[in-house]
Amino acid sequence: MGMSTESQFHVLAVDDSIIDRKLIERLLKTSSYQVTTVDSGTKALEFLGLHEDDESNPETPSVSPNNHQEVEVNLIITDYCMPGMTGYDLLRKIKESSSLRDIPVVIMSSENVPSRISRCLEEGAEEFFLKPVRLSDVNRLRPHMMKTKLKDPKQENEENKEESGKPESRSQEEKEEQQQHHQQQQLHHLPQQQHSNSNKRKALEEGLSPDRTRPRYNGLTTVV
Amino acid sequence: MLVVALPRTALFLQALNIYYFNKGYLDEQFIQLEELEDDDNPNFVEEMVTTFYNNSARLLQNIEQALVSRPIDFTKLDNYMHRFKGSSSSIGATRVKKECTIFTEYCKKANAEGCIRTFLQVKQEHACLRRKLETYFQLGRQAAGPSANAGGQVG
Repeated sequence: MGMSTESQFHVLAVDDSIIDRKLIERLLKTSSYQVTTVDSGTKALEFLGLHEDDESNPETPSVSPNNHQEVEVNLIITDYCMPGMTGYDLLRKIKESSSLRDIPVVIMSSENVPSRISRCLEEGAEEFFLKPVRLSDVNRLRPHMMKTKLKDPKQENEENKEESGKPESRSQEEKEEQQQHHQQQQLHHLPQQQHSNSNKRKALEEGLSPDRTRPRYNGLTTVV
Repeated sequence: MLVVALPRTALFLQALNIYYFNKGYLDEQFIQLEELEDDDNPNFVEEMVTTFYNNSARLLQNIEQALVSRPIDFTKLDNYMHRFKGSSSSIGATRVKKECTIFTEYCKKANAEGCIRTFLQVKQEHACLRRKLETYFQLGRQAAGPSANAGGQVG
């Protein structure tokens, strides 16, 4: 933790489903991020040091300096459908907070509802992932986190090239189109095994360590 | 039905995996889980599956109770099923997920009979997959050799 440029990115993952928390944690750790998981929006806000009553008075710092330093969060990824505070509610509270609004927020949902997606993106979410979330989704997070942290410019350029050839700044509409297209692709993943295998390959190269001694099914070379 | 006279090799496991995949028991999400295993987390898939079966037992019970109560609270049912379906989807349980979708359709139409009937299918697929996965993990331990004795029964 702290101000070192070499320190890992810290992601706060919010999901009421224990299975999905385990999954997102594994995905994030595989990508070398530090992870904290919580099971509700309320707990997320507690962790971030934001208290309900601070909303009404924007002049009051909602996070004490010590608190902020200890729990630096570089990205929040949250489920949309949660009992009590939804992911959307959480997103709004974060964007309304002077101390937290710069933290990128990503929404996950098992349902592909275009109006829901638009609403979240309009409210300031960086991305909207369809569940089940995959490594290829998690690979899209780095550019958002890098915007909020000072890093060695050379390193930053190299990583940007690796992740995607797309320019970072896009208009909101382009982002939404991109997102919907991305979701369409995801929905078509199942029948198109060949296509998704090559996507998976790419995700592997980017995300996973090559050191493996245990034989592993990779769905590519075995013939029955 | 798969004849179980096994060569203790990873190749057989791959064949079994493809079989499950082709028969629609498991989809690519399961493979994604396997890809997330490494030397530091060698039992991730089994852990996920175990967590799934522990967690889903409770959800299924809730659904069962909601189905026998009168009047049936379809909103509650929909809620429980939504969570159950989400979990099933996260481990790649295709057939279970399909039955969940059918259930949800009946639920939204407040069709009690349809729900009850489909729920039987849900439970059946759920139990069937569990047996297959238990076999799969057991074979995996055998194939990996005596050093890989971590992990236990599913759920």
